[in-house]
Amino acid sequence: MDFEDTPEEAAFRAEARAWIDANAPKHLEAELKRAGFASSGIDSEDPMEASKAWQKKKAEAGWACLHWPKEYGGAARTPIERVIWGQEEGVYGSLSSPFIIGHGMCGPTVMDWASEEHKRRLLPPLASGEEIWCQLFSEPAGGSDLAGLRTSAVKADDGSGDWIINGQKIWTSGAQHSQWGLLITRTNPDAPKHKGLTMFFLSMSTPGVEVRPIKQANGQSGFNEVYFTDVRIPDDQRLGAVGQGWEVSLTTLMNERLSIGSGMSTGFPELFEFCLSAEIDGQPAVDDASVRSRLAQFAVKQSGLKYTGMRAITALSKGQTPGPENSIGKLVAGATMQELAMFALDIQGQSGAIQDESSPMNARFQQMLLRSPATRIEGGSDEILRNIIGERVLGLPGDIRVDKDVAFRDIPTSGRK
Amino acid sequence: MNLDFSDDQKQLQDQIRRFLSEKCTPAVVRSGLEGGAPFSRELYRGLGEMGVLGVAIPEAYGGVGLSHLELCLAAEELGRALAPVPVASSIYLAAEFLLQAGTEAQKAAWLPRLASGEAVGTFAFVEGQGRMTADKVAASVRDGRLSGAKSPVADGDIADLAIVAARSGAGRGEQAVSLFVVDLNGPGVTRETLTSIDPTRSQAHLAFDGAPAERLGGEGEGWAIASQVMDRAAILMAFEQVGGADRALEMARDYALDRMAFGRQIGSFQAIKHMLADMYVSATLARSNCYYGAWALASGSSELPVAAATARVSATQAFQHCAKNNIQVHGGMGFTWAFDCHLFYRRSNALALALGSLWTWEDMLITRLQGANTQAA
Repeated sequence: MDFEDTPEEAAFRAEARAWIDANAPKHLEAELKRAGFASSGIDSEDPMEASKAWQKKKAEAGWACLHWPKEYGGAARTPIERVIWGQEEGVYGSLSSPFIIGHGMCGPTVMDWASEEHKRRLLPPLASGEEIWCQLFSEPAGGSDLAGLRTSAVKADDGSGDWIINGQKIWTSGAQHSQWGLLITRTNPDAPKHKGLTMFFLSMSTPGVEVRPIKQANGQSGFNEVYFTDVRIPDDQRLGAVGQGWEVSLTTLMNERLSIGSGMSTGFPELFEFCLSAEIDGQPAVDDASVRSRLAQFAVKQSGLKYTGMRAITALSKGQTPGPENSIGKLVAGATMQELAMFALDIQGQSGAIQDESSPMNARFQQMLLRSPATRIEGGSDEILRNIIGERVLGLPGDIRVDKDVAFRDIPTSGRK
Repeated sequence: MNLDFSDDQKQLQDQIRRFLSEKCTPAVVRSGLEGGAPFSRELYRGLGEMGVLGVAIPEAYGGVGLSHLELCLAAEELGRALAPVPVASSIYLAAEFLLQAGTEAQKAAWLPRLASGEAVGTFAFVEGQGRMTADKVAASVRDGRLSGAKSPVADGDIADLAIVAARSGAGRGEQAVSLFVVDLNGPGVTRETLTSIDPTRSQAHLAFDGAPAERLGGEGEGWAIASQVMDRAAILMAFEQVGGADRALEMARDYALDRMAFGRQIGSFQAIKHMLADMYVSATLARSNCYYGAWALASGSSELPVAAATARVSATQAFQHCAKNNIQVHGGMGFTWAFDCHLFYRRSNALALALGSLWTWEDMLITRLQGANTQAA
């Protein structure tokens, strides 16, 4: 047992560190470090331009999408080298947030399912940040029950082989910045729900695609609705066979849980720092017995996640593939973050209700409070993650289903029981 | 980075698991519960012969001379099996005290016998209700004679040796406390077995009336040594707790697969499935924190006090969580004497208090994180 690098890892780390030191946008470091919760923190320039510039620089020097093959814009590095890079990139890593969905989910799906020609066209600009991708999966009628989606793809009747798309997607992160989208549709409503789906990719500038931001419960607009009105997609932009969309989507979702769950913060270091300086009845908050007990609870969760992550990295370095047990990361981090935010506001007393420049630590706990409900839902809700742990880790039976082996059009929905 | 045990270590763990599944049968575990001995001497000697007790004790003192990593895995297996043996008292504590602070003569006198299982040791520390503090130490030693009482003392009724924390000399506060080696089979010792929530492990009241006592470690250093050794023991005990938590989770999972209600396996109901998922989460976080503890223990890291408190708090909660919900998943059957669920429930709650209660360790964790924070600043 040790936390040391192997000689090869140490050499890679040194190389990465030297390159980052020589090339990182140091003029943004202070802003990135000061970033509140759920914001980039960059005011001095356009945050998207800053992200794209850093990604381009990395791509040109061979530091983008490290684990991807070189011919697709990657660097053919090992999973461990990717982890080391992340540790060394540190605060600059948050500049990659516009690319997470493309690099983490859409890219791997394209890599597994697209033609060679498409891979060579699509992946390098995705790796270098020149093109951004979004994931068009969730719908008003299908979130946790993704296979309940209703957006339809019908063969054009002009003999072109093209598909005509109609319907609506929702909760699409970054759609307003995206050049490309990964789209799952229903091609056969007469088949059972999981069997009638087909996956495509499309340019977001295709006529008939309309992106509308959603005003979220916390006032921000990171997500969008995307409407499709008679959108035409050539058949060669289909990924997998007609009716194979569910299988294709599993590639994406498996990657989603891995990339979302890894290294998530619970906010404990910030809470601890806050409790050292905040006061209760003129004494440091950290001296209060009830505060200490709660802090210890949060500390062991933070630590448990950290070392669970290190065990996963250890397994990765031994050539094992991360599995469903990694669902634990987001499940614990999301719920902990929410409880922790409530607790931090509680210490602030009645002033905890105020979210302005007077709020401690740039109002990060207020922001965390208002953002955390989404963390417990996005990328697999707490309940879906518990099902995954229960069924795929512990081997418990699935729920008894009333929507299997029934034509999709005959399944009861909210408006039609 | 490598936060895992080696293949050799895992192989040893497998051997210990096989040994325990054969020798540590339900009848052996339940002996104390059914009015028999709370301690299986046969099982204990078997663990000695196999080298489990002496695994981390140097060969010069009759041990096997491997590391504390092997002892961590042994602890996990003993916890899984609810083994009714005094390994925590004798090995994690008494032997560790001797290794950390004993003279050559003290080590030579006791360690080989503790490693073989021929003798049992314990740590006599607590005096009555509440958190143990230096001010509460009333037992005292004058001219090499110990007087006073210690209660409760885990395995105090079956132990041959006690490391006793007692007042001596002129120091104040923590500096007033020193440690002493006391032969419990010698004169001036009276013992009384106490009734415990976990009859598979024994607890005793020890009264001393001029019992011969030889100092262990320096005068006035007792509190500091005890704190260090209890940190090390906390990591090992956390492995016992994680072993117990895992086994309780497995029992609940197996029952949820087997038991039919409303025409289906109860594990297909989300109310049960999600309860089991949450048990898995607690057990996994605790295991990861324990691995951190194992690393600190084996490497002698300065993070050991933080790692010990982290592993301890996390594992205490995980075992309590898994043991209580194991009963819940079993429904009424889980509350019968015949099912083993209550054995895990009893053990989880007894271990939660051994070495000090949960809130005590939570408090120590924060104190230590504050210290680490100051150092870093």
